[in-house]
Amino acid sequence: MIPSAFDYAAPQSLSEAISLLQGNAGQAKVLAGGQSLIPLLKFRLAGPELLVDLRKVPALDHLEERDGHLAIGAMVRESALEHSALIASRYPALLDTSSVVADPLVRNYATVGGNVAHADPANDHPATMLALRATAIANGPNGQRTISIDDFLVDTFETALAPDEVLMELRVPRPAAHSGSAYVKLERKVGDYAIIGVAAQVTLDGEVCAQAGLGLTNAAPRALRPREAETFLVGKRLDEESIRHAAELAASAADPVSDLRGPADYKRAMVRTLTTRALRLAAQRARQA
Amino acid sequence: MAQVKVNINGAPYQAEVEPRLLLVHFIREVAGLTGTHVGCDSTSCGACTVLVDGVPSKSCTLLAVQVDGGDLQTVEGLERDGQLHPVQEGFWEEHGLQCGFCTPGMMMTAVALLERNSNPSDDEVRRAISGNLCRCTGYVNIVKAIQYAGAKMRGEPVTGAAESAA
Repeated sequence: MIPSAFDYAAPQSLSEAISLLQGNAGQAKVLAGGQSLIPLLKFRLAGPELLVDLRKVPALDHLEERDGHLAIGAMVRESALEHSALIASRYPALLDTSSVVADPLVRNYATVGGNVAHADPANDHPATMLALRATAIANGPNGQRTISIDDFLVDTFETALAPDEVLMELRVPRPAAHSGSAYVKLERKVGDYAIIGVAAQVTLDGEVCAQAGLGLTNAAPRALRPREAETFLVGKRLDEESIRHAAELAASAADPVSDLRGPADYKRAMVRTLTTRALRLAAQRARQA
Repeated sequence: MAQVKVNINGAPYQAEVEPRLLLVHFIREVAGLTGTHVGCDSTSCGACTVLVDGVPSKSCTLLAVQVDGGDLQTVEGLERDGQLHPVQEGFWEEHGLQCGFCTPGMMMTAVALLERNSNPSDDEVRRAISGNLCRCTGYVNIVKAIQYAGAKMRGEPVTGAAESAA
């Protein structure tokens, strides 16, 4: 399959990238790893006039803790998360997620930033970023701004980024002591999109849940935060009963569609099952933390 | 049009190409190296796997312009001076292929795995090749082939199924 024709630029600086986006009002797309964008171009579901490749823009591949948060530069590959000791020790939900995005070959090019900025509700990182309460750092002609992940994810394939803005970095708050997180995904086979995926993060105060974050993949037109389930958990003992009730609330919040991955009722049931599993695993990790 | 200059298996290739040209088409049609296959053409099967700066990547889902300046390895670069690469020898000895269509991609993934992890478990081999589909073998002999290559590369004595049957 051959994409329709486009121009290509690999600017050497962020300001040059932004000017290129500005000069091609709405007709340009940012290219990071391309593992979602290139298939869209090949299927001709997207036909931008210009691709602005970020590969030569400096300082976008950092993956480190800074000032109380984890900074994930826009060009950090999924495979970098998968093989990072920092991620494995402190951000288990991110490790879970990057280990199930597509397949290992795709993860060598695919970026975490692209996974989020593509805003496909079937992508895995948006749900995880919701559960971890991440923020997005964007840069445009009017400078830099910080956008909460809830505001960043607007709708299917739609984010809060203006056509001339670039996602620079994702920031994940450093988890408090006694926190644990997990992402569980049900997929038909390796490399497939999730039938349903659930991300969870909990912080324990003894056996009581002090904070809870949840995110659902492929359960709605955008990655979904089941707020009622989160609110319910806070202040409760994190036992099987409260986990099961939170999972019921998450399932009620889900709004999946019937498609080749299963009927909506089945998917809603899987939100319940996977929320239970994600919370159990997150709680277990929090107790060990 | 855009200028693309890469090394493939150590030899320089340079061409003026359309930005929409996929890397796999650059390799097959511009460089004339048809060992790299197009299978599903939709990022699923891994028949098009090549190493870009040592990293296994699906060349049907990369633009040639994205790897400008890069160092590529394809299946044609595995054999040296008439000597099969241990991974090629492993596929031969352990019957790691039937129709052979997935084999070039499978072998490139295996080469990258063994360079990173010289002694993988069967489970690690299976994970590493989970982006490469084989519709003939059921993977058992592919795993054996990669383990054969690993043993050979570690300098251990190897006996393949082909040899022991002889």
